[in-house]
Amino acid sequence: MKNILEVKNLSTSFFTHAGEVKAVKDISFNVGIGEAIGIVGESGSGKSVTSLSIMNLLSFPGKVINGSVCFAGTELTNLKEKKMQLVRGNEIGMIFQDPMTSLNPVYTVGNQIMESLLRHQKLNRGEARKKAIEMLSLVGIPGPENRLNQYPHEFSGGMRQRVMIAMALCCKPKLLIADEPTTALDVTIQAQIIELLKDLKDKINTSIILITHDLGVVAELCSRVIVMYAGSVVEKGTTRDVFYNPRHPYTWGLLKSIPIVNADHKERLIPIDGQPPDLLNTPPGCPFCPRCDHAMQICAQTQPPLSQLGEQHLAACWLLHPGAPRVERGR
Amino acid sequence: MVTIWMVVTITFFLMHAIPGGPFTREKALPPAVMKNIEERYHLNDPLWKQYTDYIQNLVRGDLGPSFKYQGVTVNQIIAESFPISAQLGLASLFIMLFVGLPAGIISALRQTKWQDHLAMSLATVGVAVPNFVVATLLMYIVGVKLGWLPTARWLSWQSVIMPSIALAGYYTAYVARLTRSSVLEVLQQDYIRTARAKGLPERVVVYKHALKNALIPIVTYLGPILAGILTGSFVIEKIFAIPGLGEHFVASIWNRDYTVILGVTVFYATLLVIVNLIVDILYCFIDPRIRLGK
Amino acid sequence: MADIPVSGIHEISKDKFTPLPARKKDIADISRPSVTYWGDAWRRLRQNKMAMLGMYTIIFIILLAILGPILSPHSYSDQFLDKQGLGPNNEHWFGTDSLGRDLFVRVLYGARISLAVGLVASLLNLTVGVLYGGIAGLAGGRVDNVMMRIVDMFYSIPLVLYVILMMVVIGPGLKSIFMALGLVYWLEMARVVRAQILTLKEQEFVMAARALGASQARILFRHLIPNCMGPIIITVSMNIPLAIFTEAFLSFLGLGVAIPMASWGVLASDALPAIRSYPHMLFFPAMAISVTMLAFNFLGDGLRDALDPRLRK
Ligand SMILES: Nc1ncnc2c1ncn2[C@@H]1O[C@H](COP(=O)(O)OP(=O)(O)O)[C@@H](O)[C@H]1O
Ligand code: SF4
Ligand SMILES: [Mg+2]
Repeated sequence: MKNILEVKNLSTSFFTHAGEVKAVKDISFNVGIGEAIGIVGESGSGKSVTSLSIMNLLSFPGKVINGSVCFAGTELTNLKEKKMQLVRGNEIGMIFQDPMTSLNPVYTVGNQIMESLLRHQKLNRGEARKKAIEMLSLVGIPGPENRLNQYPHEFSGGMRQRVMIAMALCCKPKLLIADEPTTALDVTIQAQIIELLKDLKDKINTSIILITHDLGVVAELCSRVIVMYAGSVVEKGTTRDVFYNPRHPYTWGLLKSIPIVNADHKERLIPIDGQPPDLLNTPPGCPFCPRCDHAMQICAQTQPPLSQLGEQHLAACWLLHPGAPRVERGR
Repeated sequence: MVTIWMVVTITFFLMHAIPGGPFTREKALPPAVMKNIEERYHLNDPLWKQYTDYIQNLVRGDLGPSFKYQGVTVNQIIAESFPISAQLGLASLFIMLFVGLPAGIISALRQTKWQDHLAMSLATVGVAVPNFVVATLLMYIVGVKLGWLPTARWLSWQSVIMPSIALAGYYTAYVARLTRSSVLEVLQQDYIRTARAKGLPERVVVYKHALKNALIPIVTYLGPILAGILTGSFVIEKIFAIPGLGEHFVASIWNRDYTVILGVTVFYATLLVIVNLIVDILYCFIDPRIRLGK
Repeated sequence: MADIPVSGIHEISKDKFTPLPARKKDIADISRPSVTYWGDAWRRLRQNKMAMLGMYTIIFIILLAILGPILSPHSYSDQFLDKQGLGPNNEHWFGTDSLGRDLFVRVLYGARISLAVGLVASLLNLTVGVLYGGIAGLAGGRVDNVMMRIVDMFYSIPLVLYVILMMVVIGPGLKSIFMALGLVYWLEMARVVRAQILTLKEQEFVMAARALGASQARILFRHLIPNCMGPIIITVSMNIPLAIFTEAFLSFLGLGVAIPMASWGVLASDALPAIRSYPHMLFFPAMAISVTMLAFNFLGDGLRDALDPRLRK
């Protein structure tokens, strides 16, 4: 399978007055054409910063300090801003976590969708309008002709996220980055949005990077998963590998914390104890060490390397070292 | 309407609560003259009758005669002097919008660069130095020392320059600061990130997506700003000897010319109520989340 | 972190793989020192050079206003008829005015008046404004509606206009200025406090206090007002220069303190007819009022930045 996106050794830092915040540390992954991959991790693990690095959208004081992002054969990290603008919204679409704040409140939904079309495609206003209506009905918004002239505040959260999806996909991008598209929504709406993405992925034949902190969402859509913690990749592999044979204690914790929706839509989840480390002055050793139930002497001293566990399956944990004691995944 | 009525009532009774009538002089007038005057101005009627008469006349748009100047009505005074004040006010408003807004926007876009430092240093001084100080300094330096512009009166177009700068100074600085912080805040918003992610050029991101949102808080302050320009005109017109309504208002206070005080206050109140109404309408235009009548 | 195959690092000794002793799970929590709201605000304020400059200037002006006139041999009303309109010199640091009065002392007396006005305005803000807003916010519903309608109505007309009308009625003088300011200068504070309390009173700690049977007054004074202290201080710091400005403005118009008392507005206004011959008469009071306003503005901006909860991380 050919790759649409190849990220190699990407590192991104924020140079704040308090010091360098290493938000993304040396991560690598790729996305195949028409493939959907998932990036999971708690909030603050660097998922959004990764996606913004790909889009070259980091704002001061953030900066990509190392690595490469290769999209459809073009290196993006050093692309001129003018050229990058032709990629954004046109070849890579993006949706964000909070649909309530991601749409401009003072312009109509139609204006905001057509804006993208007018910029990237050779369309006149009438054609753009028709296309926008088409997109709105594609994402399942009833009465698109009327809805086009309404302002974001006249839409519910789920509907706004559909608008965001329509906006991101209207130029038929080769890649869609969805940054926690369901986190801010009700559970029932979450399922509908994921269903919609699944549906559109086949219809439009776009690759997807789905960012979430909910492993359950990934299972529905993605063929491969990357687990991030404190800016690093701690485990990656096919969805099968990560779900049925997880090898990193952090992944175990994440799997335990999948919300289980029972009959009356009540969530049950077991969060992982403790908090992610301060990325400002990271101590040596495994970043998960202070929270890990299986931490050993070496974990506090040296970072574990990524170990190859299968053709695609990798994890970074000292437990995988032959010298380490056997530890079973706690359930 | 309620506001105007309240202002009328409060001012009316305040004016009549002042010990000593408007015609109390150092040297007592002969009783016959006094009686004559009081009859002419209905000062002998019971207070409630004076009040209802006043309201009735007011509804017909008649603000009554001046106590001080025989044969001159308050309406005439306003008709004569308000256009001058209005010109001064509009010139100030113009300066405020065309200097304050751009300065704030440039500051925000060039944050921490020299343009920002320069504009914000000026603005900080601008909100601290009182308008009468600006006015007198301007008059001394530009008018007296350099002799570039006339220091007083309202004769040619040059007369409007210094007073309107002095009057606009504070609000220009205020608007510049407000605009800067508003633009900076808006640029942090998620929808700006969305606009960038759509591949829009920075120009469109700033001038289409950020600016309209950034103007919302500024429009909210427009009412108080216009009110401030109005009161500022009292002192500016005094310094530059401009025969505007503010100057007349202050003079009427000195002369204890109660009908003029009352009439001009009512006029100001009405003006401000109308201004606030216009601001509200403007607000609905710029922010679709607000609906008229809410 | 390259993808090193596990076999590549065999040389690690066995004892490194012994489990770490059980630790408290929240070590990560204490990695950043926790600072209280006020300590945090004070630290941020101290880092703000302009705010500190403003604060020291204000302290300096206060000291001068209190001590200065005592130290000077001249009084604010002494007229030296042989020394009219002198420029700054050794005996009269700021020179004399057109009646031969020492300007330095007059400017210092002006500082007393301005500071007194600032003090009165802030006391009013803190008492009437906070109480009015607090009661409206806590009572809510009808009471709140009526109380705030009154504030709104006053608010749509510039406060200076009310102050002028009050001055007409009670006559010029320092006392009148205090009364006039007192009648209107608490409005903004009332709005700020009410808005704060409306959001605060829904929060858990207030519910808890209520559940424990605390009286309304106790809830207001012990729970709500202390939690509004940040916005209250910001509002006061913004209102002091406004009050000082209003006094100067009125005095300049001849509606403020009466002669021979000298406030900065009076001094500036006195200088106006003589501006061609004695420009120094304008310069010193203008300087004094501008520096004071700047100092209060710097401090106010600094306080806002330091106390604004939105900036807290
Ligand atoms: N503007 C910024 N300045 C400083 N640090 C930042 C900034 N944005 C993000 N970070 C750092 O990057 C880390 C990762 O953030 P993010 O990618 O948003 O996490 P996620 O999307 O996984 O929840 C955060 O913990 C934070 O410390
Ligand atoms: S390396 Fe050590 S601390 Fe890190 S996850 Fe593995 S066992 Fe836990
Ligand atoms: Mg995120």
